[in-house]
Amino acid sequence: MQRFANPLRFKRLSGALLPWTSAATVLLFAAGLWMALAASPADYQQGETVRIMYVHVPAAWMAMFVYANLTIASAVALVWRHRLAEVAARAMAPMGACFTALCLATGSLWGKPMWGTWWVWDARLTSVLLLFFIYLGYVALANAFEDEARGNRAASVLAVVGAINLPVIKFSVDWWNTLHQPASVSRLDAPAIHADMLIPLLTMAAAFTAYFATVLLWRIEAALAANRAAARRMLAEAGPSAAAPRVRR
Amino acid sequence: MSEYLAMGGYAAFVWPAYGLTVLVLAALAGVSWRARTAARRDDPGDGA
Amino acid sequence: MIAALRAILLRDLRLAWRSPQESLTVVAFFALAAILFPFGVGPEPQLLARIATGVVWTMAVLAALLSFERLFQLDHEDGTLDLLLLAPAPLEATVLAKCLAHWLTTGLPLIAASPLAAIMLNLPPDGLATLVLALLLGTPSLSLVGGVFAALTLGARRGGVLLPLLAMPLFVPVVVFGVAATEAHLAGLTARPHLLLLAAILAGAVPLAAIAGAAALRQAAE
Repeated sequence: MQRFANPLRFKRLSGALLPWTSAATVLLFAAGLWMALAASPADYQQGETVRIMYVHVPAAWMAMFVYANLTIASAVALVWRHRLAEVAARAMAPMGACFTALCLATGSLWGKPMWGTWWVWDARLTSVLLLFFIYLGYVALANAFEDEARGNRAASVLAVVGAINLPVIKFSVDWWNTLHQPASVSRLDAPAIHADMLIPLLTMAAAFTAYFATVLLWRIEAALAANRAAARRMLAEAGPSAAAPRVRR
Repeated sequence: MSEYLAMGGYAAFVWPAYGLTVLVLAALAGVSWRARTAARRDDPGDGA
Repeated sequence: MIAALRAILLRDLRLAWRSPQESLTVVAFFALAAILFPFGVGPEPQLLARIATGVVWTMAVLAALLSFERLFQLDHEDGTLDLLLLAPAPLEATVLAKCLAHWLTTGLPLIAASPLAAIMLNLPPDGLATLVLALLLGTPSLSLVGGVFAALTLGARRGGVLLPLLAMPLFVPVVVFGVAATEAHLAGLTARPHLLLLAAILAGAVPLAAIAGAAALRQAAE
């Protein structure tokens, strides 16, 4: 993995991967949306609103999946000072925030016809809300420093600290929810799900994942290129002597 | 067709949910794509 | 090493004693905010009694948030931080000493003011002991978590707004179990599991905050 710390090597990797991930994204979304909106049955209890599940649940999965990746990338960046891991972490954080926001919004749209209110302090949604704040905090912290490297390092520490606390937060929110509300089975968990609905769900989840891979590769390429351009500009400003190659004696 | 679009009366919830999803994902992809193209202009990168 | 840590602790305590504005601001905010609640939700005694524990805890957290930004800032500005980084005491221990000083100068005054606020919010007097005990177990964790984020946001632009945003998700478990302890006791159940959880969170927070805080301080100095 250390090899890909070199940005140019990364470009070769992303060049090889992108055609596949972009094609997969388009195909999976086409198939997934077709199945979700047309080729799958309505739920006998929830009616057509169950179709919202096909965007809400993948968004929730992605929110957590991206955070797991964010933690790993940040840990790698901290422990091994891996430049690419740092860039990747920063690139994926806004994506995680988007998935989380989508999960919350679609959750509300699903909840209103089901539970009668736009927002319910159900354990799952509340945990996602806190996760959203963690993402926002990460992005804000990373951007809060003049020195980009300092921002990256601080954000990496935050991601790792946050990861340790995610189970604690989840546990406490679950506890809090059972304390204050009668046990209401959240339909959003959908424990036993028929194949008619499982296949569209998994297809949409795969589509989201392929989308994540594609857009993440774009974002990392953009960040690496921007960094190189900034470094070149900085060298140019420092004067010709700074940019002159050192002669080996 | 209009019966399908009505989504069993839940059209006001289902379609915005999908619409938001498409919008957010498209916007995120668009911003990222534009950043990539702009950055590649500034720095072609191949062995430079 | 112990001498160095005692020096840091005493220095912070002396600074707080000489200029107590910070401690007073925290307590004043806490008291005022708690008193504001009846104006917002109405003075009906049963409603207030229902929300009293939650209000006390939430206001305690918000009040504490006011004080975190300055935890390392003065040392950062006058160069003491660089000296601390070179000091013989391990940075992790220094972080703990500073968090302890913070708790002694803001957490303890909050705890002292909490029974009064709770009574004004119509908390049944039966619950006061558990409230204070839960606060005693919970507020040090707040100081530790806040300390970590104070170190992380050193030198950040708009650092003041950033710190509450970062800390909030991590404060939630403490608030949840802190409130649950008193409410359980008032409902006739035992508060012990919740208090034990608070103690466990504190026990976990001490080493984690020490490590994370030290890592954050080292990066601030780089």
